[in-house]
Amino acid sequence: MNLRKYLKVYKKFLHTSLASELEYKTNILIDLITAILSLIGSIFLLSIFFQNNGYIGGWKFEEALIIQGIYTILNGITNTWFNPNLTEIVKHIREGTLDFVLLKPIDSQFFISLKKINPSGFLEIMLGFFLLFFCIRINQINLNLSFLTLSFITISCSICILYSLWFFISTTTIWFVKTWNAIEVLRSFLYIGRFPLNSFSFSLRVFFSIFIPIAFITTIPSEVFLGLSPFWKILLEVIVSTVFLITSRKFWLFALKSYSSASS
Amino acid sequence: MVQNIIDVRNLSKSFDISSKEPGLKGTIKHFFRRQTKTLKVIKDISFEIKEGEIVGFLGANGAGKTTILKMLCGLIYPSEGSILVSGYLPFRRKENFLKNITLIMGQKQQLIWDLPPIESFYLNASIYDLDKFEAKKRIKKLSEMLEIDEELFIPVRKLSLGQRMKSELLAALIHEPNILFLDEPTLGLDINAQRNLRKFLQKYNKETNATICLTSHYMKDITSLCKRVICVQEGKISYDGKLDLLLKKLSPVKEILIVCRSEDDAIKLENSGFTVKNKIKNEITIKIENDSITSSLKTILNNFDIEDLFINEPPIDEIIGKVLIKKDYDS
Repeated sequence: MNLRKYLKVYKKFLHTSLASELEYKTNILIDLITAILSLIGSIFLLSIFFQNNGYIGGWKFEEALIIQGIYTILNGITNTWFNPNLTEIVKHIREGTLDFVLLKPIDSQFFISLKKINPSGFLEIMLGFFLLFFCIRINQINLNLSFLTLSFITISCSICILYSLWFFISTTTIWFVKTWNAIEVLRSFLYIGRFPLNSFSFSLRVFFSIFIPIAFITTIPSEVFLGLSPFWKILLEVIVSTVFLITSRKFWLFALKSYSSASS
Repeated sequence: MVQNIIDVRNLSKSFDISSKEPGLKGTIKHFFRRQTKTLKVIKDISFEIKEGEIVGFLGANGAGKTTILKMLCGLIYPSEGSILVSGYLPFRRKENFLKNITLIMGQKQQLIWDLPPIESFYLNASIYDLDKFEAKKRIKKLSEMLEIDEELFIPVRKLSLGQRMKSELLAALIHEPNILFLDEPTLGLDINAQRNLRKFLQKYNKETNATICLTSHYMKDITSLCKRVICVQEGKISYDGKLDLLLKKLSPVKEILIVCRSEDDAIKLENSGFTVKNKIKNEITIKIENDSITSSLKTILNNFDIEDLFINEPPIDEIIGKVLIKKDYDS
């Protein structure tokens, strides 16, 4: 893979999608307001849950805010990259415009995963980081190199798991053509990621750890922030995210063999 | 000797297609128990195309033309048989193969809808690893050939269909491919836009010696661009050869309306052995085979007192239309 070429192409992707989005100023403004209101609403909801005894699943409100911060960052990444690109796969396949992607001398997964960005998602990412720094202060977390490295690794792994899950579902469009519902279900499950895994019953904890690994997406990175995560959990997250990434890649290449293109 | 750039041997393609009965009952049945059948859309076809050739694929809707084109450019895997395009197996979609080909579809677009076409051109240039200077040079050259200038800087959504198609062509040709696959490129364009597009393709073929495979339902596209046609019927090739030979086969005679000086001359001509279609007073319409048209006209002009004559060619659409109905033209 020619890294220089891919960086050049990505620069072009950024430029063209920013230019496309900036054509509609009002839309961007509405998106920004929605992001702020959504964060305020989520924190308010979380505070209601903690009103009774101040603890849920062994987590204090201030600690649970870390999960909210990580969730907000991931949601921002979802809105910036995954939503505009991965939902487009369905359109590409239904309308047959995937033909143009497949005939370009560039990796098709790279193309369809990164071609567009939604700049309003950046605000959510920034709000998420802002909330995290606030949590670091109120929870008196010691910022050192190993903490920063582990946080970076676990959040990166969360992004990989989220991307792979979404990409996997979108890929099934090649056979099933319409998969909007499955993506909506995935998004609904992701809302669960705003709450500590321990706040759910044992069976749900197993479900959200094995079948839909929401636990890996927000809870483990939050535990790393609080210094509660044992090394094996971090290692497990790295392994799970690698397996997810490789599987989604293989699945895409396999699915393309069944691509029949839309009729003209 | 000109090399074969496309070599297709015993190619077949089957698709699994589900069918549904009409009405609510049919819909429910279709939802729970989908009945699928395997449909062989391409049946054991073989052909070669030489470098620099422009070949038209003719056939009715659903005959399999687009499927052939999509297999040639590597979008669809063949079920049986082999395809070699420019020495590559298309479905492997190797980088060097993809840099050699392009696909243009009249009914689909790759340009970024909200931005001027120039943005899509530079994006494609970076995908094909062209530097800015080279990309600029190619855009200038192609836009001159396509006669577009200001349109390059207007958002695609505000362009007319003709302007958009020209921009689509430029986006698809920026990497200077050797093989062009065109699927109904003039679909929906007005007569002038169609003519301009054909003129461009002729010029492009002449200047670059690119091979062009074309499907179109506009016969003018085929007659003005393609010397050779491949007729596809129900997934099989019913004719592969020169277009003028096909036209001769399908329309072996011409009708000639002769206006004689007097009705007596018309009667004399009627009884002279020519096949007469009709006669009204001093006007007589006869049928002459294409091969003997010159000698027959010489005889008529030398032996009869003729005031005027008109050679009526049957409309090309009508002749080609027969391709869509008849089965085999080689036999």
